[in-house]
Amino acid sequence: MADRTPAPDTPELRARWSAFAWTPENKKTADWHIAKYPEGRQRSAVMPLLDLAQRQVGAETDTQGWLPLPVIEYVAAYLGMPVIRVLEVASFYFMYNLTPVGKFHVQVCGTTPCMLRGSDDIIAACKKRGMEKGHVSADGLWTLTEVECMGNCATAPMVQINDDNYEDLTPERLDAVLDALAAGQTPKAGTQEPGRHTSEPSGGPTSLKDMVSANHDYRGEW
Amino acid sequence: MPKVTVDGQEIEVPAGATVLQACELAGKEIPRFCYHERLSIAGNCRMCLVEVKPGPPKPQASCALPAAEGQEIRTDSPMVKKAREGVMEFLLINHPLDCPICDQGGECDLQDQAVAYGRGGSRYHENKRAVTEKYMGPLIKTIMTRCIHCTRCVRFSEEIAGVDEIGALYRGEDMQITTYLEQAAAHELSANVIDLCPVGALTSRPYAFEARPWELKKTLSIDVSDAVGANITLHSKGREVMRALPRVNDDVNEEWLSDKGRYQVDGLTKRRLDRVWVRRDGKLQPAEWTEAFGLIAGALEGDKASIAAVAGDLLDAETMFAAKALVNACGSQLTEARQTGMTYDVSNLAAVNFNSTFAGIETADAILIVGSNVRWEAALLNVRLRKAVKAGAKVYIIGSEWNPTYPATFLGSDLKLLNRIPKELGDVMKSAKRPAVILGAAALAKGALPAGLKLIDKFGLVKDGWNGFNVLHISAARMASLMLGFTLPGGMGDIAAASPKVLLSLGADEMDYAAFPNSLKVFIGHHGDKGAHHADIILPGASYAEKDGTYVNAEGRVQFAEKAVFAPGDAREDWTILRALADALGVTVGFDSFAALQAKMIAAVPALGEEGLADYGALPKADAGAKFEGELVGYPIKDFYLTNPIARASEVMQRCSDELLHGADVKEAAE
Repeated sequence: MADRTPAPDTPELRARWSAFAWTPENKKTADWHIAKYPEGRQRSAVMPLLDLAQRQVGAETDTQGWLPLPVIEYVAAYLGMPVIRVLEVASFYFMYNLTPVGKFHVQVCGTTPCMLRGSDDIIAACKKRGMEKGHVSADGLWTLTEVECMGNCATAPMVQINDDNYEDLTPERLDAVLDALAAGQTPKAGTQEPGRHTSEPSGGPTSLKDMVSANHDYRGEW
Repeated sequence: MPKVTVDGQEIEVPAGATVLQACELAGKEIPRFCYHERLSIAGNCRMCLVEVKPGPPKPQASCALPAAEGQEIRTDSPMVKKAREGVMEFLLINHPLDCPICDQGGECDLQDQAVAYGRGGSRYHENKRAVTEKYMGPLIKTIMTRCIHCTRCVRFSEEIAGVDEIGALYRGEDMQITTYLEQAAAHELSANVIDLCPVGALTSRPYAFEARPWELKKTLSIDVSDAVGANITLHSKGREVMRALPRVNDDVNEEWLSDKGRYQVDGLTKRRLDRVWVRRDGKLQPAEWTEAFGLIAGALEGDKASIAAVAGDLLDAETMFAAKALVNACGSQLTEARQTGMTYDVSNLAAVNFNSTFAGIETADAILIVGSNVRWEAALLNVRLRKAVKAGAKVYIIGSEWNPTYPATFLGSDLKLLNRIPKELGDVMKSAKRPAVILGAAALAKGALPAGLKLIDKFGLVKDGWNGFNVLHISAARMASLMLGFTLPGGMGDIAAASPKVLLSLGADEMDYAAFPNSLKVFIGHHGDKGAHHADIILPGASYAEKDGTYVNAEGRVQFAEKAVFAPGDAREDWTILRALADALGVTVGFDSFAALQAKMIAAVPALGEEGLADYGALPKADAGAKFEGELVGYPIKDFYLTNPIARASEVMQRCSDELLHGADVKEAAE
């Protein structure tokens, strides 16, 4: 499990982030999220607001974004709730980064199905490119995290990089994806297996084959 | 009223009861860690599993399961036994085996329940989890490796105290209980989480490694740190009070205690007056009782009636009665307990009483607080007010701003605005079914009592079965002193004007001694505080822990406290000093034993002989001409932790004051 300790509360951190406030656009989005909940239940918007704040921090720092303590305090004040309650949420969910990350947050799934399908090689490939678990690479581009199941077992192994999943990986395919990202391109998200569209069985259907081209009534055959 | 069967025994339970409560009604013991009667239900420790039919064929958490008609509950089946053993085994996986060095040992829920419901031995051979210690302030010591994540402390600070500062960070086996950035838990009830903690994760820092629970003698007592009169147990070892813990009394303190009442006890062994002192050549010097008594008798030579007595804030009724008897026997009527110089009218005690009662104020639906920082003046009452607000009550406050922990409207500090009630306030109070007014000490000091009585009719505070007129005192001795008639119409001013030759100060540390330049000031008290500094003669007395005594709290509840330990050195119980002084002065006070003193006191004021609420009769008619005057500037309590001589002598209270109120950085270095 990754270390979830928030970045330490230093004077530098305060100096950098104390002035954090929504951009006009994000303020609108934040208020839109808050308005979804009934009067007196505004606190329910804490999760979308934390995400929004993380994205704003990401935009400011050209990374995936993270949540410095002053930003967490800002969100708490914005919702009028105790900071500790916001920190509870932020420290619970993995999607909130509590320490700085690189421009691309490479989250490699290492849970059993992915492991059986070669996630160890994927992690090794990442490390070979200079990534280190929980650290930002020297060029500021990469942060590697090993995570638990992301629900893409049918297309294992997979990584999640920022908002996109890249599945059916081999070290070579991963390199191609990462090279493309580093070059500023947008590689195709989803499965990297040629000929595969989503998570359908690789190598063609294995069951309910008659249903592929048209509807077929199996009931008489049972 | 659903009927359920518990282990074959059919019982009827109140609607809305849980299965756990049903089992308890049937006399079954259900082990639990996270469930607590006064907190919300969390259902996360799983220790209270029982078998319930109809339902899924697996054990269910009884604390979170509503009792329903026709349920068949089993608490003694093999399934339940196995389930409890399983839960206990999981809880113990990460719990350290450090009971021998744990302060909770002997009064630990986990220890007791592991013996009663656990397996014989451990099957776990892996590494245990370890958690870093968290700083939670000068009162709470944490050993978080022991935490079993019941979240009682989190729920207490959020629901009861109203100060959201403890939380559970991270998740799964990494879950950790902490305060935000490990700031100190800074509110008046913080130490109650120590009692709530079912394991040794949160223990008492000042009491760390001091004693084991089975070594302690428990004495039932009454807290004197404020006028709430919280019921406490003093735990003593030999001649020292080691700690004070709250007792359950739903009418007074529920089962909470303010940090001051709990932790001022270490002051009982510090700065004590344990011998007689007499001022010679401007310096206090050790002396004998006979010499001191001789000096007092000499000062009164020829004019015995020139004696006055001032009572302090921590006194029991017996001491005040004995002092009054002595002063009266000398032919003087000069007795006063309102040492800071307040002069409100005490001819009708209902007018200076907390008539709604502490339990009753919970049901109020509109509350006006005039000149009281309730959080500091009666922390446990603030818990009640918070409950009332949670049930929908509106609160308005007149006075300087403080943080009440619940939504309240501050109307400003000018008392005059009550002469013409603001419309919003008037509407809310008049439409309320159970409106209440609380007049605090700051308002009393401004002479707001006569005008305050006018609010009774204005707001309709007295209704059938409801009396919403309340005065909140801050001194534990106040109501008893008023019942004993230990007052003068002109207050301290009358005594100063009489310029008595001898001034008996019974632990009066807040009074102005400069007003008595020509009096022989005799201080009968237990701590070397302000009173002792000004005294010409010091006679060492006993503190509340060292004498039996009757106390009356702000709501007029008569309560009896017992003697826990002996007073140090030459110190004597106060009444014996006064009795001996009577002999020295050659007067008769009419009692030779504590029992006789008490009997005489009860004969004079029968209400003091009966534990429970005293009856003060009906509220007086308000004087139509009375007007609110003046502006409330601040409150009488400037520092919550240092309000009385015991607390001021306490290192723990001093540290709390420095760190929690004045922001000094006195964190202990990491060991």
